[in-house]
Amino acid sequence: MRRFFTSTARRRCSTKNIAWWDHVLPAPKDPIVGVTEAFHADSSPNKINLGVGAYRDDEGRPVVLQCVREAEARIAGSRFLESNSAAVSSKMVEESVKLVYGQDSDVVNEGRFAGVQALSGTGACRLFAEFQRRFHPESRIYLPDPTWSNHHNIWRDAQVPAKNYHYYHPDSKGLNFSALIDDIKNAPDGSFFLLHPCAQNPTGVDPTEDQWKEISYQCKVKNHFPFFDMAYQGFASGDLEKDARAIRIFLEDEHLIGCAQSFAKNMVLYGHRVGCLSILCNDSKQGAAVRSQLQQIASAMYGSPPVHGVLLVSTILSNPDMKSLWIEEVKMMLYRIQKMRTTLQESLENLDSPLNWENITKQVGLFFFSGLTPNQVAQLAREFHIYMTRDGRISMSGVTTGNVNYLANAIHEVTRSSKEETKILCNIGA
Amino acid sequence: MRPELTLPTGHASSPTDRRLNALLRHLSSSSSSSSSAMDTNNSISPSPTSAFQHDSVFSHVVQAPEDPILGVTVAYNKDPSPVKLNLGVGAYRTEEGKPLVLNVVRKAEQQLVNDRARVKEYLPIIGLAEFNKLSAKLIFGADSPAIQENRVTTVQCLSGTGSLRVGAEFLAKHYHQRTIYVPLPTWGNHPKVFTLAGLSVKTYRYYDPATRGLNFQGLLEDLGSAPAGAIVLLHACAHNPTGVDPTLQQWEQIRQLMRSKKLLPFFDSAYQGFASGSLDADAQSVRMFVADGGECLAAQSYAKNMGLYGERVGALSIVCKTADVAGKVESQLKLVIRPMYSNPPIHGASIVAAILRDRNLYSEWTIELKAMADRIISMRHQLCDALRARGTPGDWSHIIKQIGMFTFTGLNSKQVTFMTKEYHIYMTSDGRISMAGLSSKTVPHLADAIHAAVTRVV
Repeated sequence: MRRFFTSTARRRCSTKNIAWWDHVLPAPKDPIVGVTEAFHADSSPNKINLGVGAYRDDEGRPVVLQCVREAEARIAGSRFLESNSAAVSSKMVEESVKLVYGQDSDVVNEGRFAGVQALSGTGACRLFAEFQRRFHPESRIYLPDPTWSNHHNIWRDAQVPAKNYHYYHPDSKGLNFSALIDDIKNAPDGSFFLLHPCAQNPTGVDPTEDQWKEISYQCKVKNHFPFFDMAYQGFASGDLEKDARAIRIFLEDEHLIGCAQSFAKNMVLYGHRVGCLSILCNDSKQGAAVRSQLQQIASAMYGSPPVHGVLLVSTILSNPDMKSLWIEEVKMMLYRIQKMRTTLQESLENLDSPLNWENITKQVGLFFFSGLTPNQVAQLAREFHIYMTRDGRISMSGVTTGNVNYLANAIHEVTRSSKEETKILCNIGA
Repeated sequence: MRPELTLPTGHASSPTDRRLNALLRHLSSSSSSSSSAMDTNNSISPSPTSAFQHDSVFSHVVQAPEDPILGVTVAYNKDPSPVKLNLGVGAYRTEEGKPLVLNVVRKAEQQLVNDRARVKEYLPIIGLAEFNKLSAKLIFGADSPAIQENRVTTVQCLSGTGSLRVGAEFLAKHYHQRTIYVPLPTWGNHPKVFTLAGLSVKTYRYYDPATRGLNFQGLLEDLGSAPAGAIVLLHACAHNPTGVDPTLQQWEQIRQLMRSKKLLPFFDSAYQGFASGSLDADAQSVRMFVADGGECLAAQSYAKNMGLYGERVGALSIVCKTADVAGKVESQLKLVIRPMYSNPPIHGASIVAAILRDRNLYSEWTIELKAMADRIISMRHQLCDALRARGTPGDWSHIIKQIGMFTFTGLNSKQVTFMTKEYHIYMTSDGRISMAGLSSKTVPHLADAIHAAVTRVV
């Protein structure tokens, strides 16, 4: 096209323009997503992806739930064109919040909450972080140590500073409960605390019911704001109600909590980005005010969430047969995960590993926080084509009957190859 | 903040008992009795565990003002009148006033549903690769040298809004100039998106109320006096809300001016194919800028031209000087997206990719798209004719000169209020009407309303 320009115009062509982006550095790869990328680049037939927490069946394949297929067949073609028909969205929100707060929850029945659909768990957390920044600009967020890596990115990009609170005890590979309580007590009154209600990511370590009651009590004394990131409801015990126990305890203690929900894992709707953000309020009027503000924030970010996923969730949750089917399918997924945990632990014990692997079955959820060092993780990738995040978090859904022995052997190899590391692990394993 | 309360008496609810017992356990060294806590330690300050509800930490939050555009639909829905007309939000309607699902979209969606091998895994952070490539070709042209030289990075985003926001956040982080110039007027959500992304928003003259056309002189002056390197938002075609577009010659002048001042173009392409009925013609402005070898950003939306409003399908493209730079830019875009929503939704993008990659579906799409555009053009002519037939004072030729879904009627807010009250016509108070909301049956009613407003309300 250039030849049609006059010479005057050509002088103004931007061949001599400043290159605006020369100073842009290549960004570091996301630690979790980067694992999958490395896995895809590997051509070995033995490769195993234990990185991202996406469910796989025993053949290592992604699944689509039957209840989802049914819902999809039902809604195909009957699309809602405008950014969310109000009826569909409020139905979906209502059904979603009942999952966490209870089917007969007063809070829900009386409308004493603000609820909006969100772009899965990430989007729900980000909406809340932006809202927190806007209405409590001086506040910070307390995040458990460790937590999902993206939590730090989310609150940082919302310009809310983060602080860690003690959570995982690397020695016991369990909960560092007393330090956690101390941190709650020592934080300034009215601090914002992020809590994983079940199947903590990445550690798989959850407080007991009594410990939750204590956490709730201490938070109440300090007037803290509890924010729950519920990404794995159903994946801790297989029972949706049980997995919401922590939240119910806080409700009984009359905290006005916030909660991010994701349907990525428990409905296997990862790519559809369906979730919900709810904030409990004093009354429905306040709920409406808070909701209107959340919608404003969403509207300047992406408008509204994609309607397909919302329709799927709403259809499944409002239809008793489909909901029952869904509950069964969640149980099935969890049973497979639990079976893999048991098998992996047994395999390692049968290999006469000197280390204590009981945490494989003690931890809950999708992940096994293995305690493997970054060097061991790198060695697994290099020599065995087994991929996981640098912190040693293993996604159990990537484990199958077909690869569990290979995995056990590989872990055994790397954990006995370094005497120093083995000694340390041995000492604290008991 | 904690009120001093005495313990509530006669409290029967077990959660309260449990809390009080927990409180006692903490305060006494021996294990507590299971009896009610009423008759024990009266010096306990009960407020943390009492049934008294603390105020929400968000009780100071006020109700947000309603979005003016969506608020129109809310008001319309409340109106019981049988002759009400919704000319507010720019969503296409058929002659029967119904929303439209394109046949080609139905076909593509059915294909997706029937394909049992399809799964619902996370997309990569930047979205569906095939969708991104096809989208870039759609806006820049399949033979675009920028594409062939790998100088374009395209990332899937949530419709136009999401693409604008991701682009603006990237600019706020990595670009040396944090001011964006938007036309006056522009889509109501633009300033909010850019401000929240961290840019400061200024305006350049655009619409001339006197001519109901382009204030070209004012535009050139304002862009000419912008600081070097400033970002400039350009509506690729079918300007929203005015429907007033520069001619190709005017675009060329704008391009020359912008390149000479090193202004960074950020295109918002929400109506490709909808303006003239031709996808290529509607992309001319963008292609002109890319052809000169320079850099620019382009936000694309499939909400209107594929009728996929609710699925939130769009793309952000950044055209760079070199492939190397494009790669680095793409990696940084991922860092913007990941803490926002991790990765984009799969459904809408899959539908678009299915249509764009298949020659037959693509061809069907262009026909359906042209039919939508033609219906809107026909409404323009009908309305203009109807006003002329009524002898409505004023020059109404701008109705047929303006382009795209909207007409900036020139009616003032008093006249708009009158039309809503007396004729149940719903539109935004700036006098913008969505032509897509009209039909041959309803044109006379609108013409009557405009006529009344113009003659009775000043």
